[in-house]
Amino acid sequence: MRMTTSDEDLAKAAAKGDADAFAALLARHYDRIFRLAFRLSGRGDQAEDLTQDICAALPTKIVGFRAQAKFTTWLYRVVVNAAEDARRRQASHSRAAVGWGDVEQMRRAEAAETAEAVDWLQRAMRALPQELQDTLALTLEEEMTHSQAADVLGVSEGTVSWRMSDIRKRLRALRQEELAQ
Amino acid sequence: MTDDLEDFKTLMNAATPAPDAQRRVENLQQAQKSFARAQGLQSGARPTVKRGPIARLTEGAKSMLNVLTHRGALTATTAIAAVALVAILPQTRDYVLEPNSRIESRSTTSQAPHSVTELEADSLEETAAAPLEKPVVDVPVVVSRTAKRQEGFTAESDGPVLFEIAPNTAEPFLGGRVLGAIGDNQNTEAFSNTATNPLNVTAEDPVSTFSIDVDTASYSIVRSSLMRGQLPPKDAVRVEEMVNYFPYSYPAPESDVPFRPSISVTPTPWNEGTQLVHIGIQGALPQIEDRPPLNLVFLIDTSGSMQNTDKLPLLKQSFRLMLSELRPEDQVSIVTYAGSAGQVLEPTAASERSKILNALDQLEAGGSTAGQAGLQQAYRVAESMVEDGEVTRVILATDGDFNVGLSDPDDLRDFIAQKRDSGTFLSVLGFGRGNLDDATMQALAQNGNGQAAYIDTLSEARKVLVDQLTGVLFPIANDVKIQVEFNPAQIAEYRLIGYETRALQREDFANDKVDAGDIGAGHTVTAIYEVTPVGSDAIRNGPLRYAEQAVSEGSDEIGFFKLRYKSPGVAESQLIQHPILPGQGAVTEDVEFSYAIAGFGQLLRGGEYLGSWSYADAIALANEAKGEDPFGYRAEAITLMRLAQTLSQ
Repeated sequence: MRMTTSDEDLAKAAAKGDADAFAALLARHYDRIFRLAFRLSGRGDQAEDLTQDICAALPTKIVGFRAQAKFTTWLYRVVVNAAEDARRRQASHSRAAVGWGDVEQMRRAEAAETAEAVDWLQRAMRALPQELQDTLALTLEEEMTHSQAADVLGVSEGTVSWRMSDIRKRLRALRQEELAQ
Repeated sequence: MTDDLEDFKTLMNAATPAPDAQRRVENLQQAQKSFARAQGLQSGARPTVKRGPIARLTEGAKSMLNVLTHRGALTATTAIAAVALVAILPQTRDYVLEPNSRIESRSTTSQAPHSVTELEADSLEETAAAPLEKPVVDVPVVVSRTAKRQEGFTAESDGPVLFEIAPNTAEPFLGGRVLGAIGDNQNTEAFSNTATNPLNVTAEDPVSTFSIDVDTASYSIVRSSLMRGQLPPKDAVRVEEMVNYFPYSYPAPESDVPFRPSISVTPTPWNEGTQLVHIGIQGALPQIEDRPPLNLVFLIDTSGSMQNTDKLPLLKQSFRLMLSELRPEDQVSIVTYAGSAGQVLEPTAASERSKILNALDQLEAGGSTAGQAGLQQAYRVAESMVEDGEVTRVILATDGDFNVGLSDPDDLRDFIAQKRDSGTFLSVLGFGRGNLDDATMQALAQNGNGQAAYIDTLSEARKVLVDQLTGVLFPIANDVKIQVEFNPAQIAEYRLIGYETRALQREDFANDKVDAGDIGAGHTVTAIYEVTPVGSDAIRNGPLRYAEQAVSEGSDEIGFFKLRYKSPGVAESQLIQHPILPGQGAVTEDVEFSYAIAGFGQLLRGGEYLGSWSYADAIALANEAKGEDPFGYRAEAITLMRLAQTLSQ
């Protein structure tokens, strides 16, 4: 029965203290959180840690959910911010291990058949500045519109469109560079 | 050509692993537990269960009292903390207390951007604007006289000080500050790739090449960290940006060169065995009295994200400040993009102050992006204002939304470059943190012969738009590169202090295609080398057994200084060169103060080469060299040094 309840209603119930609603909501979105965490960080192990952090933080954060935005928008924002925080923490520890920047870890983590694809992803992602990486990771979600991505990132829709065209341009340039080699 | 993006999507989907099943279960359970715990803590905030009007009333009063006690307790503890702070930092109490009260009001609004109503934003803006009104009104302008020259209108003058402000207005710098929390800054690359320049052995690598840097963002970051009671992260400190934050009065250029380098070779404050080579570059100062009339078109981003207090409201205040610097014959127009549409103010003489202020006040942030051709419209308006001999400039103010009508970054850059060649320039002012696209800002401004400035506080707005208005609006040289070759017969080792992020390849110096920094009218740029003479006790690298020893060939030059620049709009660079001689130049207050700041910056980065030189030494040196300090920048720096000294203990 729960499964038919909308995200927003569940979230509102959770915000008021309904533990079942919270559990249902988190179970429904756990994979989504993980997926975005991976795309933002570029590493499986980091995505796991990040997801754990988010799960730990959500119970207090959900109280602040006011149904002004779609629940997924709100949730994505939480994930993007958490990824950003994690990056900042990491930057102060060691710069060597920054997500999409760490080739070796990636290689070991991934299965052999995807290794080549991952290499290309790796190069493509590394070629993009941070805000483009975040924008790209977000827009890869199936139902994500530019307008929703803009809401998540707290920028205007135009900025997202601008960034996407920038990303296309950079990917194309990268492709041409590879063809030229 | 969406294929690349589609490919990318497919690959990413394939590469995204499934979450670990075991951890999924654990995480969900853990979350469940914390949820229960969080509810326990929150119980006071839950809806009351008691029924009936009387019960509700008492319950309401009780919860109100709860809230009040809580608040009271908070205030009390805050007060205790504040008193403790004063007890520790007696010299700085005047500065510390006032900004604190402001931080609170600001940060609450900026952290909840989506819940701030228009009304709240307005009233906040008004309270923040109130203390400003006085300084804005009658700022006496002290002008120095000189000859006027063509286009770039180069001229000479006594110093970089364009406007002298009445003493009482120079004071409240720290009071008016909004502390942009560093945590808001999404741009992590600002902190990257800045390992301190190493000590170079002259015999192995005698040539040092770098681009000048007139940015000052690093100083703002250091300042906001220290004002929040934290030492800044080491990587956030770029020494050259700290040094270049301050105006210096180096000797002004003569005849038609846009700027003049002055070189002094002096003892090092922190090391008896070394010397500092101080290179101060003074940009020519255009004659402000004779400056041609300005046509300014403000292109203002009014998208929803601009409604934060540190964005549109700060922008309005900044423009009010700037308006007081304009002449009656100058013209102003306002065009908005995103949110509300089109031309808000037709070209209006700056003397019609109230009309301009009215238009400015009516600007509101809100709505989704409308995507009109804002930039084209701004340029059309600008072109309609042009008359012979006038300077026309579009000033784009945004928090990072560049949806100005051209969606392709390259087209946009080309468009701006093309307009630049036809005489309309572009400057970019960035507001607010989090969404700011520093790289695009810089790129657009560079293509438009303008500067990108980041305005986080009112005092920064004053510095950029009032004190240094001329420098922002009139660039005098582009792609300025410096190359210094040291003489191995005289100098054993050298190191460049700062400019880590601006290093160039040796061969890039003479390559006009390689981009470098620009200098605006009246700007000063300072570069400092620490050099160790041959035979000094302070040499860190011993001689090599198999290397040839350099032999003095009778020249006592310690090095040779070369600088390349392009005049605005010219593709070919020009060369300025000078030998560097031992004991050259004089130690002025400016030189000493720049040493104090360079030392301060290095201390914040760990002070690798400073030996036992400490914050106390930096403070003593800065105090001694403070000079007139008409804007209070140097006094503020000394306050920051004191804070750093306390925090580092």
